[in-house]
Amino acid sequence: MREWVVTCFQRMRLAPAMSCLVAALVGTATLHAQPPPNPASPPPAPATRPDQQPQAQTPTSAPQTTAAQEGFVPVEQLPNPQDSVPAPRLVASAYALVWLVLMGYLYSIWRRLGTVGRELDTLSRRLSSGTRRP
Amino acid sequence: MRFLRTAWLVTRKDLLIEARSKEILLTTLFFAVSCVLVFAFGFVREGRAVTDAAAGILWIAIAFSGTLALGRAFERERQSETLRALMMAPVARPALYVGKLVSVLILLALVEAVVLPLVALMFQAPLFDHLPYVLGLLTTGTIGFAAVGTLFAAMLVRARSRDVLLPILLYPITIPVIIAGVRGTAALLQPEIDLPMARAWLAMLAFFDIVFVTLALWTFEPVMTE
Amino acid sequence: MFQKRLFLPVAVLVAVMFADAPFMILAAPYESTMGLVQKIFYFHAPIGMVMFLSTFVCGISSIIYLVTRRRSADHVAIAAGELAAVLGVIVLVTGPLWARKAWGVWWSWEPRLTSSLVLWLIFVAYLLLRRYGGPGSDRLGAGVAIFGMANVPFVYWSVNVWRTLHPKTTVVPTLPPLMRGPFWFSVVAFLLLYILIVLIRAGLERRRDDLEALYLAAEDGVDHA
Repeated sequence: MREWVVTCFQRMRLAPAMSCLVAALVGTATLHAQPPPNPASPPPAPATRPDQQPQAQTPTSAPQTTAAQEGFVPVEQLPNPQDSVPAPRLVASAYALVWLVLMGYLYSIWRRLGTVGRELDTLSRRLSSGTRRP
Repeated sequence: MRFLRTAWLVTRKDLLIEARSKEILLTTLFFAVSCVLVFAFGFVREGRAVTDAAAGILWIAIAFSGTLALGRAFERERQSETLRALMMAPVARPALYVGKLVSVLILLALVEAVVLPLVALMFQAPLFDHLPYVLGLLTTGTIGFAAVGTLFAAMLVRARSRDVLLPILLYPITIPVIIAGVRGTAALLQPEIDLPMARAWLAMLAFFDIVFVTLALWTFEPVMTE
Repeated sequence: MFQKRLFLPVAVLVAVMFADAPFMILAAPYESTMGLVQKIFYFHAPIGMVMFLSTFVCGISSIIYLVTRRRSADHVAIAAGELAAVLGVIVLVTGPLWARKAWGVWWSWEPRLTSSLVLWLIFVAYLLLRRYGGPGSDRLGAGVAIFGMANVPFVYWSVNVWRTLHPKTTVVPTLPPLMRGPFWFSVVAFLLLYILIVLIRAGLERRRDDLEALYLAAEDGVDHA
């Protein structure tokens, strides 16, 4: 089974794979073409706090803790808003990084599989043809 | 009791060789002292040391000189192929590990006996006020560091790039030891001494020692055999 | 365990899940104090979980390899080790990106991020050993991976206490339901992706082993000619 998996991945051609991926992305985008259901309309700046809180949040003293803030030691002073990097840029770069690293890693495996496969083919051909050095 | 006797024989061999040549002891000692001096130049300003520097520098000096000592001790084994001869002997392999571990510990204890007063002197740190705790931390910390280090150094004897691979492998794994040693020592050096904290770190170090010596005893044979 | 015919559907499922994830994440409510930047949590946390899982997979397959000497265990070990390092890079970069907005600093020695850093160091060292250690480094690497895995609780405890001075009781807050969906969706997606990549990477190692064996056979043939 594993052989088949690896052969499949190795033989996968890059261009069709990429176009399938893009098609999948565009397809699901069209499916989600309505605006997001939750009225989270306030601007994504950390200073504003929207009033509507989902009820199931654990009531603690403000600010409300989430799994993200567990273990967090607060910084005494936050820098001025003008100095900080805008949030969408951070989220976009984080997301882009995940994709780049994962795709880059898959690509490197694909390349290495190709090299090893080629060497295996040449070597097995040479062995079976019975070429011997005198 | 054959186990202990074998271990003692290995330790005795190493100590005898060391007693005659004193090569590793003297070079490691000098290295540790220069390490402390370099840090002193880095961290002492206007005759006063940065607070908390003493604890950190003590443990860093131990870590660096420990790595050096481990590398040198096993380099000696490699040169005469004695490690392979030891492995071929009809004795329990873990006994060899224990023997090497004890000899490295004795070596490091001698080095620490010099480094501890030196750090106390240069950084005006009251390290001798709670000597039992400090000694406890040093003992458990050195055992933890040496336990992992002896195994890795033995593993790497036949590997390529062994000189640089030993610190690369050793330091990340012994980070808990360093943290515990530094924070425990710092808890004893600060103005309002925090004995419970020092005890907590001491307990963690002891637990670390037990777990990792056991692990090393288990993995020594499978890792070392062909 | 995995049937041959499961691979393609699972691969398609993973692709679809990853295509869908951004929209699920966008649809989730904004977190009250951190706003948009908290969205990073939806892939930072699952990737962190999968990275920890990978270190354990590496350690356990190393134990199996040392005990049974089965090559397949070694292949899985190296695949898991490499993935632990790769996922660690993602965790260690997305963490500060999030921290910059949430806490105002790029790096603050937060316990979990620091523990991830130490673990990442251990497994990068593992990869360096396997690459540059020469012959026999498979067994040496197995030893290192076992020690790395055994170290996880110590690293976490010591960094936790170091960072906050007093051991604190951790309150595990419940995620609001609207956030729970995308979060667990991401966890499942990354888990499946992880399993797929481990299979492929271990397959590469097996090919390399076959190549080595063929080289040896070729040399033998030349010798006997």
